Amino acid sequence: MKDIAIALDRVNVRYGDNIALADATLQIPYHSFTGVIGMNGAGKSTLFKAIMGLVAPTTGSITICGDDPKTAQKHGHVAYVPQSELVDWDFPISVYEVVMMGRLGTQNIFKTASAADHAAVQQGLERVNMTTFKERQIGELSGGQKKRVFIARALAQGADILLLDEPFAGLDATTEKSLIALLMSLQESGKTIILATHDLLSLPATCDHVALVKSTIIGFGPTKEVFVRELVEKTFDGALNHVTFK
Amino acid sequence: MDILAFLIEPLQYAFMVKAVLVSTIVGVACAILSCFLVLKGWSLLGDAISHAVLPGVVLAYMIGIPFGIGAFVFAMLSVVLIGYIKNNTKIKEDAVMGIVFTTLFALGLVLISKIISSVDLTHVLFGEVLGISNSDAWFTFGILSLSTLVILLFRRTFLIFCFDPIHAQSLGLPVRLIHYTFLSLLAVTITGSIQTVGIILVIAMLITPGSTAFLLTKKFSTMLQIAVAVSVGSSLIGAYSSYYFNITTGGTIVFVQGCIFLSVFFYQNIKSRFAPQIATVKEGI
Repeated sequence: MKDIAIALDRVNVRYGDNIALADATLQIPYHSFTGVIGMNGAGKSTLFKAIMGLVAPTTGSITICGDDPKTAQKHGHVAYVPQSELVDWDFPISVYEVVMMGRLGTQNIFKTASAADHAAVQQGLERVNMTTFKERQIGELSGGQKKRVFIARALAQGADILLLDEPFAGLDATTEKSLIALLMSLQESGKTIILATHDLLSLPATCDHVALVKSTIIGFGPTKEVFVRELVEKTFDGALNHVTFK
Repeated sequence: MDILAFLIEPLQYAFMVKAVLVSTIVGVACAILSCFLVLKGWSLLGDAISHAVLPGVVLAYMIGIPFGIGAFVFAMLSVVLIGYIKNNTKIKEDAVMGIVFTTLFALGLVLISKIISSVDLTHVLFGEVLGISNSDAWFTFGILSLSTLVILLFRRTFLIFCFDPIHAQSLGLPVRLIHYTFLSLLAVTITGSIQTVGIILVIAMLITPGSTAFLLTKKFSTMLQIAVAVSVGSSLIGAYSSYYFNITTGGTIVFVQGCIFLSVFFYQNIKSRFAPQIATVKEGI
């Protein structure tokens, strides 16, 4: 089990009478790049919330880097990059301040920043090439830069696992490519990347693992084995003629 | 008239010193909280709480305890009731708030119509800072200083709570505790400000300064400073106007704040309309 970053074992999540995730089992290895796909409402965000420790499974167990989700939160193992739609871009906050928020989990009760915190923020900004924009208000950035800020926040947090919720939504092709290149270089330097995406066309070139979500995990494994017509069409309840499968 | 004399002359009266001090602390406390409230998008909730405290004030008057205690109890009651109904029906939150606060406000009116004189009713609804008693002044000063101190000490935590609560939760911060602490501070601040501006208008103190400052800056620390300046300035204008012109304090404060907001809005609107043209001219040169 040493090579497994995230393990879900027969996880059930209910909201009242609704079963959001049923009997989900999944083992995501370290240093992998996993694409999570499924229809809207299929349970992708519930899966993410369970991994982040925001919802507790009714039954089953979740293990993050060998810890339970609450302990994993304290260690900051998992960092989350929100969907652009869910961020208030008018918020009076600078790039630097957003990245500093990644450090809040380890700071004292008044959340005063130490020298180590400032160093981590600087490093995060440098890694994503955003140092020159650190004083900008977050709304004054391009779509790709906005994503980079939140990736820097994840890096400043010191997370091993990055969860990205539809990071490519609304980005043009060039920006998407450079963002993918950044994520792949992070994967090379040892991070585990997990992203929810609707972009089936670019998926095979990007992700080395795929998780298919339809109220449960109907398939997980290396892209070559799982991203096949039969399984993907089952995930989306219909024919996908525009996607080419190997 | 000499401006200094104009400002100092009223201060020879103890009631006016009290009024100035109380107005200032009300201005500061409301301004700082308003920055968070506006960014969180909870203005309507503030409005709901401020109306819902009326029966608390009346009941406190009836049984002879400080009105702040009654107000606080009903403020928290309204918050809990709104949360409980929202979580257990399909009715949307704004409708739930509307029902809860009007019902409690109406209960207050019913109680008042039977018990309190119309003069006192006016004071509760619209505020009266010049006639504030010593004990009420100390009460206001005490709880508002305390709530301001708490907000400032934990401002970074409240800021992440407003900006990205999911991230806060994923870092293991106690988001539920922060949520209810914030609501309590809102209830405390409303309670402490009622004496000065009244139940009807206190919500303006909690929306307008933050909104005005939000228009003027993209930095949160600057936003806090501008909001405090706008708010304290308006509060003092309100207190002095009451003294010199014998007009309502709360009404004046809120009217001045609204005028400042509108001035800033129109100034920026006009500026942005002309800015592109100026830029093109420069490029042409």
